[in-house]
Formats: sequence, C-alpha cells, structure tokens
Amino acid sequence: MALNFDLTEEQDMMRRMVRQFAEKEILPVCVELDQKEEFSVHLTRRMADLGLFGAIIPEEYGGTDVGYLSYIISVEEIARVDGSQAATLAAGVSLGISPIFYYGNEKQKQEWLPRLCKGEILASFGLTEPNAGSDAGASKTTAVLENGNWVINGSKIFITNSASEISGICTVQAVTGKRSDGKNELSCILVPNGTEGFEARPMHGKMCWRASNTGELYFTDCTVPEENLLGRRGEGFHQMLATLDGGRLSIGAMGLGGAQGSFEAALQYSRDREQFGRPIGSFQVNAFKMADMATQIEMARLLLYKACWLRDNKREFSREAAMAKLVCSEVFRMCANHAVQLHGGYGLMNEYRVEKFYRNQKLLEIGEGTSEVQRIVIARHIGVPGRAL
Amino acid sequence: MKVIVCVKQVPDTEAAVKIDPETKTLMREGVESITNPFDEFAIEEGLLTVEKYGGDVHVISMGPPQAQEVLRNAYAVGAENVYLISDRAFAGADTWATAYTLASAIKKIGDFDLIICGKQATDGDTGQVGPGIATQLNIPQLTYVDKVVEIDPDNKKIKVERLLEDGKEVVEASLPALITVVKDINEPRLPSLFGIKKAAKIEIPTWTAEDLPVEKEKLGLEGSPTEVVKVFTPEERGGGEILEGEIPEVVSTLVDKLMDMKFIQ
Ligand SMILES: Cc1cc2nc3c(=O)[nH]c(=O)nc-3n(C[C@H](O)[C@H](O)[C@H](O)COP(=O)(O)OP(=O)(O)OC[C@H]3O[C@@H](n4cnc5c(N)ncnc54)[C@H](O)[C@@H]3O)c2cc1C
Repeated sequence: MALNFDLTEEQDMMRRMVRQFAEKEILPVCVELDQKEEFSVHLTRRMADLGLFGAIIPEEYGGTDVGYLSYIISVEEIARVDGSQAATLAAGVSLGISPIFYYGNEKQKQEWLPRLCKGEILASFGLTEPNAGSDAGASKTTAVLENGNWVINGSKIFITNSASEISGICTVQAVTGKRSDGKNELSCILVPNGTEGFEARPMHGKMCWRASNTGELYFTDCTVPEENLLGRRGEGFHQMLATLDGGRLSIGAMGLGGAQGSFEAALQYSRDREQFGRPIGSFQVNAFKMADMATQIEMARLLLYKACWLRDNKREFSREAAMAKLVCSEVFRMCANHAVQLHGGYGLMNEYRVEKFYRNQKLLEIGEGTSEVQRIVIARHIGVPGRAL
Repeated sequence: MKVIVCVKQVPDTEAAVKIDPETKTLMREGVESITNPFDEFAIEEGLLTVEKYGGDVHVISMGPPQAQEVLRNAYAVGAENVYLISDRAFAGADTWATAYTLASAIKKIGDFDLIICGKQATDGDTGQVGPGIATQLNIPQLTYVDKVVEIDPDNKKIKVERLLEDGKEVVEASLPALITVVKDINEPRLPSLFGIKKAAKIEIPTWTAEDLPVEKEKLGLEGSPTEVVKVFTPEERGGGEILEGEIPEVVSTLVDKLMDMKFIQ
C-alpha cells in the first residue's frame, strides 16, 4: 500500500477554498485588471489573508506551513481562473519568500517573513539582467564591500513583484569578487525597496500576466549594511539554482491550472455552441481535441504532484521539477490553443476567458528557464555526454 | 450569547441530482457533497452575532459519518464547537423526526439564546426543519430573516426583518428564539489556511441516539409521520417566451399563439 493518490482532507478543503476565492473574488475583476495592466493590492492582500503566502513557512514566522504540494495546489487553482494573480502569488512565495526563508539568518527571517506572510509587503528575486537571461551566471551587477556596507551598481530586468506600491524587499544577485578559479563570485544581498540609489520602475506593454507587476531595477551606488548578505558570500549562484528548482514547480502549477481552465472553458462552449444543428463538441474532430486535453492534463498533474511529493519528502526533485515545468507549460500551450480554436472567432475576443489563457501561456515557456533550458537541465540529469549546451 | 447553528450536508447543487427509480432515493454516487448553501449564511450569521454580542457558536449536523465534512468547514471559518448527530436509528427520518432529533441535541447542549437555520435545504427543499425545531422546543420562530436588526441580550429580545413575498416585515421576539435565514443576509467568509489546518485535524464529537434525551420510537423512519408515496424526476419544462415589440403587435401575436394552443377561441 505504498502508492497512494489521495489528497489529504486538508488539501481537499484548501483546494475548495482557493477555488471559491478565485471564482468569487478574482474572476469578476480579472479581465479589467488585465486590460488596464493594473496590479491589485487588494487581491494580493486577500490571498495573504487566506494564508496562501505563508504556505511553506513555519508558524513561528507567521506562515501556515501546509507543505509544497498544498502550496502548488493553491497556485494551480488561482491560475485556473487568472494567470496574473497566480504569478503574484507564485513569484511572491517561490522567488520572494523562499530564498529569505531557506538562506536567511534568524534576524533576517524574523525581520521579513511575518510581514511577507501577511502580505503587508512583497519580496522579489532579482536575477535576470539585460545581458544575463538564460545565462544567469553572467550577472554584471556588482556589490563592493566598503566600510561595512555593500555598495551596489548595475541593473536588473523583468523582476516580478519588484516595483509595485507594496514591494518591500528584493534579493539581488551580484558579483562580489573573483573566485580562486578566476570566475566571478556571486552573492545574494537583500535590498529593501526605497533604499537610496535603488530605483524600481514598473514595466508596461506585456502580452501576458498584464495584472502582475514586473519591474526594471537600477542600482546606483546603492548602499546597504554588510549584514544584508543572504547566507554566505559566494553562495549566490547555488542559492539561485536551488530557488529556481522550487520556482519551476510553481510555474508548472500555473501551466496546469491554466490548462485546466482552458479545458473547462472549451468543454462548456462545445456543449453550448451549435452549428449544423448540433453542439460543436459532438463533431469527432472536436471531441478528440478535448479527449487529448483531458489526457494531457492528467499526465501533467501526475508529474507535477510527484515532483512536489519528492520535495515534501525531502528527496532530490530537481530533475522532476524541470520535467514538470516543461510538460505543464507545453500542455497549457496545447490546451489554450485548442480552446481558442473551439471558440472560433469568439475565442479571439477578450470577453471570453480563453483569449487571456492563450496570451498568458507563452510566458510559461520562457520564465524561470526557457523550455530549451529545461531540456538542458533534464539532459544533464540523465547522463548525456557533454553539457548539452 | 450562546448561538446554535444547524447545518446539513447536501449534494452539490451544481451537479444534476438524479433519483434512483427503484429505491426512490437520491443517487449520491459521484456527486460531491457540500454544506447546504443557506446554512453557510446561518453559520456566518452565528459568527457575526457572537462577534458583536460576545459568546460562542455551536454547530450541529445530523447525517451519516461523511457529514463530518460540513462540520470541519464550519470549524475552519471559526465555529469551534461542532457536533455530529449520527446513528443508524436516525436513518429515513422525515422533517418532523429530524426536527425532534435536532431539538434533543440542542437540549443536550442546553442554555442557548439563539438557534439559526438556513431557510431550507437544497435537496429536500421543504423549509420545515427549522420551524419544527422551534415547535419541539416551544420557542418563537422567525423565518425568512434577511436582516437581524438588533439583539438585546440583557432584556432577552431579538428584532429582525423578515422577507415576505410582497414586502418586508420587522418583528420582535423574546429569546431564546429560532431564526431561519435567507441568502444575502450576509457574505459568508472563506476559511483561511490557518483555520483549515486546525479543522482538518480535530476529532469531531459524535452523538448517537444513546447520547441524546430521546424516545427511540420517535426516531428515524419509524418516528416519521410522513410517508413518501412517490419520488420522481419531473419532466423538464420548456423555457418561456418573451414577446417584444409594440404593444398592439405583441397583443395580436399573443392572441394568435393562445388560439393556436386552444387556450382561447
Ligand atoms: C513576465 C516575466 C517575469 C519574470 N520574472 C522574473 C523574476 O522575477 N526574476 C528574474 O530574475 N527573472 C524574471 N524573468 C526573466 C526570465 O527568467 C528570463 O526572461 C528568462 O530566463 C529568459 O532570459 P532572456 O529573456 O534573457 O532570454 P535569452 O536567454 O536571451 O534567450 C533567448 C532564446 O535563446 C534560447 N537560448 C539561450 N541559451 C540557450 C542555450 N544554451 N541553448 C539553447 N537555447 C538557448 C532561449 O531558450 C530563448 O529561446 C521574468 C520574465 C518575464 C517575461
């Protein structure tokens, strides 16, 4: 009796609660927020009130500590309705909160985690730079230790949750020196929003996640105390890789939830819409599309939940996390595409949910490591010769 | 204030409910169970009442062991005294026997000021259990309440607004009393993860017939004066038709239609 697919009572209750929340409070406003590219402080705080931001944080730091799988289910349920709010939550937890929790010292955890769990402020993870995307180790931002302070110079781009009115802290990856092998030494430093020399500008004109906050960050002799170093000096690259492993699970959850939402919308429409005197879902070519969607969603869910299970059980999960991210985002692409196709012309109109799914899908094959990068990661895990680059 | 809320587990209203033609009972397989939607408002009203006037909320549900789920949901939103009333002896109870059993459980909890029920359950749709409980306990009943105007705990009075078919009515009663509430009396809160986590873990006390001050012959099918003669799925009614346009034109279309249907000649 080792293999068991039942969720716990707690997980079932949580899924119902998040689904109700998403349908009652996000669904009625998400199209307008998306159109206006408006970040919602209210919805962010509501997600925090419900305890979603603290899902993987122990109670002593204000968290709810329900485990990774439960957290992933909450992201999935929100993404089933709206990708932008799911992005705020997923980036807030996996990229914002988790590095502080996993690598922060006691003082840093006490200082930041309770406020982050409560949704008073948001944390962001500043890794990507204009010239360091997939090659995230190529950061050019520097931090120099002077008189007990880090002096930071450089810039970051595409940083989720970094430039909203409640963005409070950013984990910034910077070059802090040279290693003995001649490569750059990378470290992560906590930089509070509002620090002099730290400018966060919201980025506009996104195709996807339009109601999620994305920022461009500029550091000009930005000075923070030496104690803002996260973990040890030189561990930045390792911290970043481990953080992305967790982040991939939440991107997977967004793919899965979006795929599920696309599928449900398609199924409903295929029953309601009639052409040639029959519901369009009764044409075999359309029925098969939905059969494919349902099958692929089941597959994606199994893989994602297994990766979460590995993580919750403290097993190695980085290979499965990359696989789950890859599969979930590709399954979402297929489902969003079929869903729009089944809606015909109406599917292209923003009045219909599938239009937003179609736009939001693309990000998932790009953010937190492109699909190409996931294949590189997986290839390295399975023992192909060379570095698969 | 000691408030008691009665809740029922019902099949999800969004799912199409079918009736087994053989046994004439609801086919529950594959249908998700939920808290009766009107009872969600009752729970919320209980919580709001004690938030305003102090005291505690007790939630009871009569049903099979699975009905625990609705009590966990109530616990998760903050009603931290829950009891399941469950026994094979209760099976097949009609509204009177159900009201009798629930009233007995309420007596056992004792010392209450206010009982809150949903106006009806979405499965049986009778709306009789709330009034039945009030009758059994010999206390005032205020049905279809859409607003609690005020409660005066010291003078043991409650004033409510009742929703009638053709308007509203404000009435006052002495406490203890029973109210049944309609949709939109409040906005039921969602449980937070903190609440869910606690609720998933608690052991829910279960009361059987043995635990209640009841006469056995008044329970379940045996204690039910109502007999179900026939249960069936009614034929679906076609949707109505709304005629639009200028009045003279609409009237003449209507007359034609009625003549076609032979309602008028
Ligand atoms: C909305 C949004 C939110 C984001 N949020 C964050 C955030 O919070 N924090 C953060 O740090 N970053 C964030 N990012 C950045 C994101 O992680 C990067 O965009 C992503 O890693 C890709 O980098 P790039 O855009 O520079 O593309 P590039 O790296 O320039 O890639 C361009 C193309 O080349 C391919 N490619 C690159 N290298 C290889 C290779 N070795 N083999 C094969 N193909 C390759 C890529 O797969 C891609 O198809 C976000 C991005 C977006 C759009």
